[in-house]
Amino acid sequence: MENDVNKKSIQDKLATIKYNCDSKTHLIVDQKKCAKCKDKPCLAICPAKVYSEDENTKEIVVQYENCLECGACRLFCPKGAIDWNYPSSGCGVIFKNS
Amino acid sequence: MDINYNCDVIVVGAGPCGVSAAIEVACAGKKVVLLDRAKYIGSKNMYGGAIYKTALKDVFGDDIETLPYERIINSHSWAFLNDTGSVSLTYQDDEKSEAYAIKRFNLEKWMIELAKKKGVYFAPNTLVRNLVQKDGYVVGVETELEKYCAPIVILADGVNSLLAKELNLREKYQPKDVILSAKETIKLDKKTIEERFNLKDDLTNGVTKMYLGNPVGVKNIFMMGFLYTFKDTIMLGVGANLADLVENKLNINDLLEYLKNHNDIKPLIKNGQTLEYSAHLIPETGYNKMPKLTGNGVIIAGDAAGFINSVHFEGTNYALISGKLAGKTALGALDNNNFSQGYLSLYKKELDKSFILKDLYTYRNIIDRLYNRRGSIMNYYPYKMKQFFEIITSANCKSKSVQFRDYFLSFMKDRNLKELIKDVFMAFKCVLDVFFGR
Repeated sequence: MENDVNKKSIQDKLATIKYNCDSKTHLIVDQKKCAKCKDKPCLAICPAKVYSEDENTKEIVVQYENCLECGACRLFCPKGAIDWNYPSSGCGVIFKNS
Repeated sequence: MDINYNCDVIVVGAGPCGVSAAIEVACAGKKVVLLDRAKYIGSKNMYGGAIYKTALKDVFGDDIETLPYERIINSHSWAFLNDTGSVSLTYQDDEKSEAYAIKRFNLEKWMIELAKKKGVYFAPNTLVRNLVQKDGYVVGVETELEKYCAPIVILADGVNSLLAKELNLREKYQPKDVILSAKETIKLDKKTIEERFNLKDDLTNGVTKMYLGNPVGVKNIFMMGFLYTFKDTIMLGVGANLADLVENKLNINDLLEYLKNHNDIKPLIKNGQTLEYSAHLIPETGYNKMPKLTGNGVIIAGDAAGFINSVHFEGTNYALISGKLAGKTALGALDNNNFSQGYLSLYKKELDKSFILKDLYTYRNIIDRLYNRRGSIMNYYPYKMKQFFEIITSANCKSKSVQFRDYFLSFMKDRNLKELIKDVFMAFKCVLDVFFGR
């Protein structure tokens, strides 16, 4: 029985986590700054793949619901374009087995 | 100042540090409010997997007998990974019970129950948005619903401490100042874990393994893997310097997958089920980038102050003891009715006397030294170790003398000689740092 430990993608792994989803985003990006950013490390580095790029508009799409609240993007964003906050009281990720 | 204080001390963040600070204050009969943004205490936290007895006993005394741990960890291994295998070393002592494998969710629930019994007023589900300041003093906190006011606020709000940032007590962290860590909690049945790790069936022994070495093809990245055995789960994780990840456009999950598929690790987790994936930052700012630890009416402790020794995987003990010392300093300030930065700087003096600042001072340059030679440590030497043991173990019908001579000469030939000299100097300086530390 080969099973779950073969989960490879972040998307699959995020499915293991419980969240109490906030009604509004706690991560606000400044799209003007993002437009000037060549590297866009947020797309590659975020351990929850919160950031993606809209194919048409080229804007950064923020799936804040998946955020693990690690704070890495707050530090590595080269443009300082991410206004990083904690989700509201009691909201966000719920680690029960870590 | 005409402020209506509703308590003596406010502690922000109910991890090991905050709980420890709050207990210290409550035990002296003062009114302490402990706030945490999580609905379920411990649910925002992640670590390697074990907490150590000495600091725990210092804060909780004999109550540690009731710690709901899953296994005692008494076997420690270090493995240098190469592409196909590893060279490893194990230290094991079956009589020893210093480290306990416990999930943060259970650890923090246990801590908070004890704190409440000692008189700590605990408010979960409470995010502190801002600090309240008056005449240059921190005099309270503002949550989403209400204000709490106290002459002293202890910030134990973790590595991302937005409150320390608000007060400009610490420099902005750079990616190089932190490790990004990701972990999987992997479920297996208890018996399988005991068989795979050669453990007794009564939870009195368990294993931790540290993995050094690099994914094939990725140069210049400092990464460390870790594994802990729990009752019926295995914690497998990896940490890497955030600047290195950005530089190499590498996601931490890719490194975790590399570890999971390495020949050494794959059989250990075979047929397991991933129960949970988690990620967290670890500060590596140490002594040289330590924040201002106190301000008027405010003290910083634990991860928020960057109290971590990543060489030895120590952090929770720093959190527990720095929290306790912060609480102790707050009590002195209350007795003397003096909440100025000047008075509170006694906290730094207490830390100086403890192992915390002694060790952080001793290791102040070691992390940088190791980091600067990470290409050698992560790639070159694990490969040379492999070569060495190949000679030792392969009965290949070739002259041993020729093989060993070639091997030792290869240290001069493999790379520019300068690299070898730099490594030797680095090692020498690290030894001197420890020898002439505090």
